[in-house]
Amino acid sequence: MNDQQEIPLWEVFIRPRNGLAHRHCGSLHAADATMALQAARDVYTRRGEGQSIWVVPSMQITASDPTQKGENFEAQEDKIYRHPTFYEVPDEVGHM
Amino acid sequence: MYSQGLIGAKTDSDETPEFLAAFQARIDADEKIEPNDPMPAGYRKTLVRQIGQHAHSEVIGMLPEGNWITRAPTLRRKTALLAKVQDEGGHGLYLYSAAETLGVSRRQMTEELLSGRAKYSSIFNYPTPTWADIGAIGWLVDGAAIMNQIPLCRCSYGPYARAMIRVCKEESFHQRQGFEIMMTLCKGTQAQKDMAQDAFNRWWWPSLMMFGPHDSDSTNSDQSMLWKIKRFTNDELRQKFVDATVPQAEYLGLTIPDKDLKWNPDKNDGRGGYGFGALDWDEFWSVVKGNGQMNRDRIRVKKAGWDNGEWVREAALAHAKKRKARAAVQHAAE
Repeated sequence: MNDQQEIPLWEVFIRPRNGLAHRHCGSLHAADATMALQAARDVYTRRGEGQSIWVVPSMQITASDPTQKGENFEAQEDKIYRHPTFYEVPDEVGHM
Repeated sequence: MYSQGLIGAKTDSDETPEFLAAFQARIDADEKIEPNDPMPAGYRKTLVRQIGQHAHSEVIGMLPEGNWITRAPTLRRKTALLAKVQDEGGHGLYLYSAAETLGVSRRQMTEELLSGRAKYSSIFNYPTPTWADIGAIGWLVDGAAIMNQIPLCRCSYGPYARAMIRVCKEESFHQRQGFEIMMTLCKGTQAQKDMAQDAFNRWWWPSLMMFGPHDSDSTNSDQSMLWKIKRFTNDELRQKFVDATVPQAEYLGLTIPDKDLKWNPDKNDGRGGYGFGALDWDEFWSVVKGNGQMNRDRIRVKKAGWDNGEWVREAALAHAKKRKARAAVQHAAE
């Protein structure tokens, strides 16, 4: 097999039960979506871990650049006014 | 685990003293390291080697037990063994995926295994001639593996730690099913008891060697501890295993094949523990180097599986390509 024929990688997301979001649980290699779903079922739901499976080709995921972590996320750290605890409400007013 | 983009990617890092100190500070603060984070080349290399070996051990470990699936004595035992061997295949996959996040490809790892460049746990180079071996493997080999793996759930590398959490969750049934097999044999006829004792005699010492060389002879240990890839030393884990297993063997009525085994109240900082005899490291290194009874057979079977499966992999890819092309034509016509 040559490099072009590497079997594609898929990311697997499982919904443990209705009412919860699908959550990333791992990855696997498969030639197409049908086989990826079958393999995901065999590998990641052997003990009733899921009610629903998503598989996504790993190549299709666009990820944020780790070297821009600072610009992306640190800017939020000093915006404490986005949290409810920033605002003062006297005790006698009760829960708000 | 978002690894495809990383395979073959440039993974060098600028290893200035500042970089290394900043990395160590993250480790010391118990921060998890994730795939795209900068990391020293040595950290990456150690993990690729360790996770790869671990993955290979899972899939090679399917062979000695798979050997008994068709000959399991009852349907109950057969379904349990089938489920266990299937789990090992799954564990191999979780671990290969974790290794792939470090920039090594699955095919590369498979080739390293088949060519003998990559190692797997040498315990799987011992044969399984009787049904009692399946009991002994579940109880002792999986028992020792669990002892090794539980601390790895807290490993500093995120994908490895997450894979280990899944593995440990699934593996506790493996040890229990092995112990149950041994218990049934030990409560059976004299011939069954003898078969259990014989298997125990053969698996006891190799199980103790699964924890690796003594701390004084273990070349990678110190750095791995510092990087929190490892949390306990080989000797610490081995002692824990002996202390946990001896009472279980006594419950089964089995004799531990070690005349030097003796309770020592001073062990474990005065809490007491079992002293045990010297391990045969010549045997250990000989098996590691390829002279175990089953080394060649294991790789031969694995290689046959890989070679005979090549047309299936090719056909699956060709089929996927054809369906994709057909869908594109259909889409264009609409």
